[in-house]
Amino acid sequence: MIKCEKITKSYFVGGTRTSVLKDVSFEIGEGEYVAIMGPSGSGKSTLMHILGALDRPTSGQYFLDGKNVFDLSEEEMAAIRSEKIGFVFQSFNLLPRSTVLRNVILPLIYNGHVPKATRRAKAEKALNAVGLETDQWTHLSNQLSGGQMQRVAIARALINDPSIILADEPTGNLDSKTGAVVLDTFQKLNKESGHTVILITHDKHVAEHAKRIIEIKDGEIISDSPC
Amino acid sequence: MIFSDLFEETIFSMSSNKSRSALTILGIVIGIASVIALISVGQGTSKGITDRIESLGTNLLVVMPGQQRQAGNIVRGGMGSSQTLTLEDAEAIKTGVTDITAVAPTVSARKQVAVKGKNTNTSIYGIDTSYFGIKNIEMELGAQITDQQIKSRAKVAVLGPTTRDDLFDVEANPVGQKIKISGQEFTVIGVTKAKGGTGMGSSDDLIYIPLATAQQYIIGNQSISNINIQVSSADLMSFVQAQVQELLLQRHRIADATQADFSIMNQADMLSAMSSVADTLTLLLAAIAGISLLVGGIGIMNMMLTTVTERTREIGLRKSLGATSNDISSQFLAESVSLTFIGGIIGIIVGWGASLLIGKLGSLTTVITLWSVLLSVGVSTLVGVVFGYYPSRRAAKLDPIDALRYQ
Repeated sequence: MIKCEKITKSYFVGGTRTSVLKDVSFEIGEGEYVAIMGPSGSGKSTLMHILGALDRPTSGQYFLDGKNVFDLSEEEMAAIRSEKIGFVFQSFNLLPRSTVLRNVILPLIYNGHVPKATRRAKAEKALNAVGLETDQWTHLSNQLSGGQMQRVAIARALINDPSIILADEPTGNLDSKTGAVVLDTFQKLNKESGHTVILITHDKHVAEHAKRIIEIKDGEIISDSPC
Repeated sequence: MIFSDLFEETIFSMSSNKSRSALTILGIVIGIASVIALISVGQGTSKGITDRIESLGTNLLVVMPGQQRQAGNIVRGGMGSSQTLTLEDAEAIKTGVTDITAVAPTVSARKQVAVKGKNTNTSIYGIDTSYFGIKNIEMELGAQITDQQIKSRAKVAVLGPTTRDDLFDVEANPVGQKIKISGQEFTVIGVTKAKGGTGMGSSDDLIYIPLATAQQYIIGNQSISNINIQVSSADLMSFVQAQVQELLLQRHRIADATQADFSIMNQADMLSAMSSVADTLTLLLAAIAGISLLVGGIGIMNMMLTTVTERTREIGLRKSLGATSNDISSQFLAESVSLTFIGGIIGIIVGWGASLLIGKLGSLTTVITLWSVLLSVGVSTLVGVVFGYYPSRRAAKLDPIDALRYQ
């Protein structure tokens, strides 16, 4: 489903070329739960941006569901993000002063294929999947706890029924207890609903929740093993 | 992104920062309200001038005597000082010129008028029976001057309402009373209805007496002061003016038109001259109001730029959720257009109220025209598009990765 071939990303700063990713190649199949692990500055965030169709590699090929993302226009990349990718961020990025439901429905207004009448049902399904209690659905997002907020963000990532869920340090802003709840949610989504989950983290303990760990350092894959 | 979503997002975004939206709208309200109010003053002035001139009669040509010229005398008298127009000229116009509905020769002079201890100085108009018809003058009390009274040189007078107020009590009925003009005793037979207006050209402060009576007792000669000609249609004004010009030159045996001893005032010319002054005034007022609208527009741009900066992370988020650049820019554009549209609607109401208030409290007449309302709505929406475009493009061009990292 995901196929990366010799992905290189370089920046030119003041005439010198800095390569953040160097000839990175790997494949991720449907239904996998993969952690991409590496210290800060290793290039894992850049890799996530490329996998999430937010950025293009300098060279190399990235195929998502058989489509070469490198060849797509801005609009087509936006459509890919809308339909095939669900982002979960470290800092949740929920709309403040908005209800949980409104936050979860937000991606649907940019997806022209989903009829307005089905939105509510989809949101309810996504919120049930992350295990958020019904009485909290109408709360404002800034009234929730960190763990609840991150579960709302996961529900938002699920609503378009994406091919992959990309989670960038999803537990980085949470204490270990609520972090564990969030990681359990990913596990459940992967095991029970068969969602493909890619977890980006610097934390080995977090990465160990996944079924496979790709370790990255200085822009290169140093290990790729199941755990 | 469908329209109803765009609408909901816009409402949500505006209401999430109510006081800032309200202040921005206020800027537009002031701009639009001043456009509406000032244009209404300009239009009111214009209408006032038009009404005033038209109240003096419609489709009117007035022949006035020219400058006095005597052989060997280089001293020239003022316009209208000569005694070159005669009743025969008026008769000749009546029979020799086509497309006219009425001809009314008049004589006028300013005289002291006295009644039982009160006196005033006013214009005395010697008129014939067609005069009231031409000038649209109606009677408040009593009767008009009749043909019989003109022929018999009767000493009767019709008073303007202001003169009546000066000589008798306000709103009194002076019919049958005696007044003295230049030592001659006249009987009041009527009072005309007020036409409004003061100063030069007012038809309220004067006394009408029969033409022949005026010539004999007031002026003391057979000359006339001017000839009012009513033309049958507005399109024929110039045509009739040319005919009258030719006829009088011929009668006065003058070959060169520049040497004419009379002049013809065309009411349409006067109207257009005055209207152009009023239009310039309207334009000037609109320009002043336009400046405040421009300032309001800059306020919109300022607010939108602040909003874009504040919501940078949110823009990055929306892009990561699948929003295209167009989705983002239309969201910001919709917000600025909504702000100016709401501002425009409130501005029209406020401006309307202000112009009614100006009309009530001040001495100015105000007229609100449909075009000024439509113009304001159009301009305010345009202001939203113009001043919202740059911030919305800036939002749309944000790189989602940078925007998401923005603190």
